Amino acid sequence: MQNERLYSLSAIFRTPDEIAHAAEEAVNAGYTRFDIHSPYPIHGMPKAMGLKPSKLGYVTLVFGLSGAALALLFMWWVNVIEYPLVIGGKPLFQLPAFIPVTFEITVLMAAIFTVVGMLFVVFRFPNNSHPLHDTAYMKAVSADKYGLTIQTADPMFDDAAVREFFQRLGAAEIHAIEYNQTEFETRPEIFERRFILLLVLVALLVGPSTYIVLNHALYMPPFNWMMEQEKINPQMKSELFADGFGMRLPVEGTVARGRLPYPFKGQPELAAKFLINPIVPNESVLELGKKKYNTFCSPCHGNFGDADSRLRGQFPNPPTLHSDKIRGWSDGMMFHVITEGQNIMPSYAAQIKEDDRWAIVHYVRALQRALGAIAI
Amino acid sequence: MSTVDYSVEPQVVEGKPTLASIDDAIANPIDAKPTKAWFIAISISGFMLLIGAASLAVTLIVGVGAWGVNQPVGWGFDIVNFVFWVGIGHAGTLISAILFLLRQKWRTGIARFAEAMTIFAVMCAGIFPLIHTGRPWLGGYLMPYPNQHGLWINFTSPLVWDVFAVSTYFAVSAIFWYVGLIPDFATLRDRTVSRIKKIVYSILSLGWRHSNRHWQHYEMAYLILAGFATPLVLSVHTIVSFDFAVSIIPGWHTTIFPPYFVAGAVFSGFAMVQNMLIGIRKIYNIEHIITIDHLEKMNKIMITTGMMVGYAYGMEFFIAWYSGNSAETFVFLNRALGPYAWAYWTMVVCNVVIPQLFWFRKIRRSIPAMFVIGVLVNVGMWFERFVIVVTSLSRDYLPSSWGSYVPSMYDIGILIGSFGLFFTLLLLFVKSMPVVSMSEVKGVIEGAQPSHGGSH
Repeated sequence: MQNERLYSLSAIFRTPDEIAHAAEEAVNAGYTRFDIHSPYPIHGMPKAMGLKPSKLGYVTLVFGLSGAALALLFMWWVNVIEYPLVIGGKPLFQLPAFIPVTFEITVLMAAIFTVVGMLFVVFRFPNNSHPLHDTAYMKAVSADKYGLTIQTADPMFDDAAVREFFQRLGAAEIHAIEYNQTEFETRPEIFERRFILLLVLVALLVGPSTYIVLNHALYMPPFNWMMEQEKINPQMKSELFADGFGMRLPVEGTVARGRLPYPFKGQPELAAKFLINPIVPNESVLELGKKKYNTFCSPCHGNFGDADSRLRGQFPNPPTLHSDKIRGWSDGMMFHVITEGQNIMPSYAAQIKEDDRWAIVHYVRALQRALGAIAI
Repeated sequence: MSTVDYSVEPQVVEGKPTLASIDDAIANPIDAKPTKAWFIAISISGFMLLIGAASLAVTLIVGVGAWGVNQPVGWGFDIVNFVFWVGIGHAGTLISAILFLLRQKWRTGIARFAEAMTIFAVMCAGIFPLIHTGRPWLGGYLMPYPNQHGLWINFTSPLVWDVFAVSTYFAVSAIFWYVGLIPDFATLRDRTVSRIKKIVYSILSLGWRHSNRHWQHYEMAYLILAGFATPLVLSVHTIVSFDFAVSIIPGWHTTIFPPYFVAGAVFSGFAMVQNMLIGIRKIYNIEHIITIDHLEKMNKIMITTGMMVGYAYGMEFFIAWYSGNSAETFVFLNRALGPYAWAYWTMVVCNVVIPQLFWFRKIRRSIPAMFVIGVLVNVGMWFERFVIVVTSLSRDYLPSSWGSYVPSMYDIGILIGSFGLFFTLLLLFVKSMPVVSMSEVKGVIEGAQPSHGGSH
């Protein structure tokens, strides 16, 4: 056939002794581009072939050490800089506790890069298009024979001389290994336009269908049992009641504890006259009053009742609580204003319990006395 | 009984088979159609796998509440099975790496199969810690990666060490196994007449040419991998034992745990390899490659590691008494005399007493006897992990927090499923890949190496 070129002449030998001898003779004869093929490694062959010791160990050393350094550096960065975590009062950088992971990463890096380096860098694998593949010679040395191959690329290569050399060594068979030049030069079918188009088509089909299958057909809502419980939260609707409201009004004709109807609705004069503070002021009552005042009243009235609203004038500021007018109010009047509201101030009956309102009144009195004493 | 001359190393491969006959013995069963026995075997193992899958599905849907675990025994079958399976894997690496470094040529016949067993056992083991977390779909959190929570893992936690140890172990074992397979794939590629198989083997062999320029680097890489796999295998079960030993539960917080766990792992792993190989050599008709001498040597390793384990059992009791620690003393008395005494004595009998039969050469070389002992060793080793996990947790410091543990049917289903997965993978392996390393065995048969010992 055209374009068939000779790659090498290869001889097959039957015994390990013969091949060991052949390797030495090939070196002695001055051949450099030769190789020995055998189904298993033969002891002493690298020396017989004049090969230098494998340098693969340096790859392992470099990647193993960098694995160790990277792992330690990373753990230091994570547990000391980025996310400091004190465990059992020990220092952030705990070398003994970092040893296991450092060791594992060292081994992992060393092993992976030794093998990757050997197979893909040193051997230049995968290489299934080598001329030796799929020849009777390769099939023989793959099973139970030993082969010596001398490439045509060897500067000393001479067809007749090599054949004579093989015969002198006692070769059982001599093969001429040829390869097809055009086969090497043609682009693989994998790059044909129709194939590429097929790939694009497959990608276009697989992408959306995967999306649909994973996100719609097989979609499982994430587990959020803590968030979504079988109970009714405020404002939620309920199928149980005819009106569909989850939140219920009190049963008609009943009064909840501490929610007695206010008897002086719209009657501040009566409230001022008849309502009497039922709570005796003491330290805990004033504490409670302070807490409630700070929570509900202080945003507008200010922490000390000075009308220094924290709302920074976004609302009309209420008048000060230290005016003579308010100083002159009875406790009942003050209670009434909190309960009913006044002018722009809304009712706080729903937010503040009755006893708490009285506690606020006591606290406001305390504020008035405290600031008034300074003013005089 | 005739006297045996132990000073003479017996031939690794019996008789004087030709190189080609080794290829035939190992590669022909792969090419042959599966037999009826194989189909029956894979149906059984597949059924076991399905039981496990169903139990696992229930666990995923209902949650770990389907199991028997509860306070105070929060570690149950899941951790017991994890430690058991990781242990099974250890024999493979020991055979392929440590015995390689010790230049034990007899390992060549059994290394490939043992390595495959390692990989499958680690796969089985890997399932358990993942489902033990309760939400296995969040397993990615175990790995350190930059995430939207701004969180990083705690590198000082033994559980994180475990993640790194087991995944590194799996990765390195798989690499080691594949590197060993490359020349065999090349041989299969050159043997086969089927076009599809040729393509598959060509891809898997990466274009290996049996070149001695390559063999030189290959042997170096194999040596390096063996050198790394040796400390790795010791580290894995050491770190698994740290899961227990670094805690403060009585009966766990001991320094003997790492060597004790490693010895136990090798012990159970060898029992498993021995059991499996008894079947393989029979079915494959390779009794001249995996000889009775191989099995005898494995039995010797079993009696050695079995006695190490026995020593650890004894030493635990001694230290419990010698330390004067009342919680520790109680835990060990409770193991031997408490509610789980049946499990403890099963463990002692199977692991310490029965392997003593291997002192007799006749039993060491009797296939039925060694098979039964191997099975019992694995039963005993499974119970060892059960005893360690359950007795300590069920009786800790405070009597008011004592409890008991009873596995649910789903626990047992997942255990059965893990055996199903293991056997299914093994059956697929023996039918698709060479169970014995052809290139290694060829190198050790009589007359395979130059008679004058290489070059002058």
